[in-house]
Amino acid sequence: MSSVAHAPSPVPASRTADLVAASLKRRRRQETRFKAYGIGCAALAVLFVAILFGTILRSGIPAFFQAVMSVDVYFDPEIVDVGPRPEPSEFPTTAAYDAAYLAWQNELAGINFGRIIEAAINAELETPAASRDLRVIYASNERFRLRDMVQADPGLIGQTVPFELIAGADVDVWVKGNIDRSLPESQQQLTLVQQQLVDGMVEDGTMHNVFATWIFTNVDSRSSPATAGLAGAFVGTLYMMLIVIVLTVPIGVAGAIYLEEFAPRNRFTDLVEININNIAFVPSIVFGLLGAAVFINALQLPLSAPIVGGLVLSLMTLPTIIIATRSVLRTVPPSIREAAFGLGASRVQVVFHHVLPLVIPGILTATIIGVAQAIGETAPLLLIGMNAFVANVPSGIFDQSTALPVQLYLWAANENQNFFAARTSAAIIVLLAMMILLNGLAIFLRQRLQTRW
Amino acid sequence: MNWLLIVILLGIMALGYRLGTRRSRQVAIEGKQRLQSLPAHYGMLVALWCGIPSLIVVILWIGASGGVLDALALAELPPAVAEADQGTQLRAIQRVMDLADGVGVADVATPEELTVADAVKRARTIWQLAVVAIAASLAIVGLVLTLRRITPRLKARDQIEWLVRLLLLASSTIAILTTVGIVLSMLSEALRFFTFVNPASFFFGTVWSPTFSSTGAGDAGEYGLLPLLWGTLLVTIIAMLVAVPVGLMTAIYLSNYARPSVRAFTKPIIEVLAGIPTIVYGFFALSTVGPALAGLGDLLGFPVNETSAMTAGLVMGIMIIPFISSLADDIITQVPGSLRDGSLGLGATPSETIRKVIIPAAIPGLVGAFILAVSRAIGETMIVVLAAGNSPVLQGNPFEAVSTITVSIVNQLTGDTDFAGPQSLVAFALGITLFVMTLALNVVAIFIVKKYRDQYR
Repeated sequence: MSSVAHAPSPVPASRTADLVAASLKRRRRQETRFKAYGIGCAALAVLFVAILFGTILRSGIPAFFQAVMSVDVYFDPEIVDVGPRPEPSEFPTTAAYDAAYLAWQNELAGINFGRIIEAAINAELETPAASRDLRVIYASNERFRLRDMVQADPGLIGQTVPFELIAGADVDVWVKGNIDRSLPESQQQLTLVQQQLVDGMVEDGTMHNVFATWIFTNVDSRSSPATAGLAGAFVGTLYMMLIVIVLTVPIGVAGAIYLEEFAPRNRFTDLVEININNIAFVPSIVFGLLGAAVFINALQLPLSAPIVGGLVLSLMTLPTIIIATRSVLRTVPPSIREAAFGLGASRVQVVFHHVLPLVIPGILTATIIGVAQAIGETAPLLLIGMNAFVANVPSGIFDQSTALPVQLYLWAANENQNFFAARTSAAIIVLLAMMILLNGLAIFLRQRLQTRW
Repeated sequence: MNWLLIVILLGIMALGYRLGTRRSRQVAIEGKQRLQSLPAHYGMLVALWCGIPSLIVVILWIGASGGVLDALALAELPPAVAEADQGTQLRAIQRVMDLADGVGVADVATPEELTVADAVKRARTIWQLAVVAIAASLAIVGLVLTLRRITPRLKARDQIEWLVRLLLLASSTIAILTTVGIVLSMLSEALRFFTFVNPASFFFGTVWSPTFSSTGAGDAGEYGLLPLLWGTLLVTIIAMLVAVPVGLMTAIYLSNYARPSVRAFTKPIIEVLAGIPTIVYGFFALSTVGPALAGLGDLLGFPVNETSAMTAGLVMGIMIIPFISSLADDIITQVPGSLRDGSLGLGATPSETIRKVIIPAAIPGLVGAFILAVSRAIGETMIVVLAAGNSPVLQGNPFEAVSTITVSIVNQLTGDTDFAGPQSLVAFALGITLFVMTLALNVVAIFIVKKYRDQYR
């Protein structure tokens, strides 16, 4: 009887249990699948990082090693036929000496050092090659390197010196196998004769790969890609970094202090805050337009100069520094301020004597991260003319200059991709190394110096 | 010379500081009164009063001296020079200045030039002496007057702190000045553009071909914004299709499933993506992703351009992944733990909790994050410059080349800054369009995110 009365109650319970049990398998499957999606997406993101770095390192590292020829250069007095170098003591005024020196330089510049190089290469060969075949073998700017050697030391004329002659870009591509060797001659950059010439020199050891230090010490070159380097871009970036630091750190920190410690809650403060947050998200190219219209067109500052680039990047970096400084100021416990107030300090004294010294590590970190961001910026610099071809290391902030990321852009867009694809990757490695160094420094400082409350 | 002057002034300021502190102690002892401020404050007050007015004079002189002396030289030179073109004038002035500096000129200087050089030299000496005299007397007057003002009751600290506050306030207003500068400069140049081209044909035109036709007719349809807007939209949509699922799922996995050790390892690696300059992504798209996509297209038998909306969009998506994942991570962890615990306690699986409780609770914040990401994608430049192919045509195939607003700004303004014709001025019209679009998105997004944060605080 009792079993009959109780019978209905387990039935619905077991039905729910059945329903749950039946759906459990599906739900567990769903759970596994969802988790797998998560793992897959995280793995995909990590994979992207790996692919990006992998391809850049793989194509960039070989570019740091380049083909050179070890030859003995004889400065033939018959070819290098110039008068003695003028000395300052021989002339009454500086201007007269400058003029005479310029004339001597012009005389030197008229000399074809290519003939000296070709003679030096031919001395290494069993059968001398024709001039038109040799001209492609060496980087054309090597002529100017020889000229500069003579200009610095005229005593070299008539002597023989060992010389590492940088091979031309097309030769470098051929030696490294960056071009398909099975292509017919009409599609090759080197003629058959030149190919055999180069292969012969590689075989007998005249031509070999060395670490290309000139990537760091030379400036960009159009006529002689093999000797093109990053020195000009590097110095330009350095100048801009300095300008950014000098301008943004004092102004940014002062602005942050005002907003965090002094500003009354009113419309004006809200307006400032809204502006800072928005500027942090304004596309960088808009700052380039601002620079072109205000600094170059209205204020007549020079085109392509680091001063303009530095100003534009400073405006972009300012919000980063202000926001970061405010957040470290907020971490200082109120007890510090209250103790100082209690001893009769004014608000300015509280901030400058007690709060600010505590947050200096935080400000340092914020500055480094802001600067690292700024030096990677390209788009605004294109609009203020920093993509101009500059064949000099800038000697001041008003000189024409380029910057590392812009140099990258110029090389990435160069027609001779057989050579410049690797060169661009090498430049990327330099840029990324700089940024990793800066960020590493920031992390180190944060862990070493930051106060934890 | 000028720098020496500044160094000397700084020296005088240091002296003023010493005298001020000493004087304040003296008056305190004489008057048998406590000082209102610290002696250092009195010192600083004196230093500022004797330094700042004279520094202003010296800086004004450094700024103006070149122009003043050039004008003087020009006035002394024969009238023929003043009437000549600018190049001749500058050369003549440069010769005179070189003579006056003692550098000399390469050839023989004319007697006229020598007399002018002498005059310039004399004038320069007089001017410099005058500046030194004015600066020195200002410094001394400031020093004496301020020293005499020092009494125990003088509120030196308040006066100095007023100046400090003023400087701090000025620094914080730079942000407003930047915004005003952006808006005014772009607006004025854009308005000049609209004197050449009708605004309606700019905003609603369907053809973008910025070279003027030589006949002068038909400029109406040539600056149409729509193809660029469409290209921007296409690339942004592709980028978001890549970045939103991957970024969101990564954030969910890292915040809900991953063990702390995995999280500590994975999160920084993904954030590395955020620190890479966009030009590097652009090169990656151009040299690796583009050819790979084209090869894939060949394999599957349909044509794919190496530089296309797809190439640029994919790579831009990769760039935005860390942006979305770190914002989403923040937002998901802000959902109160009680919601999650309640759901798990009722028997829901973790994935059901995430899909049916946490995500719905976090949706406003997530939407804000996505909008911010869209605004990033719209304003991104270098990836599309290198990888989108620059073909401003209205067409729907994502595997074809497109052009975007940012690409056109770069193309129209690079290497040309005389801003004379609509060809370069159009960059500013495009710029202000871009600025207004991103600004609107940012304002909405920041508002939503802020409101979401306040809801769960």
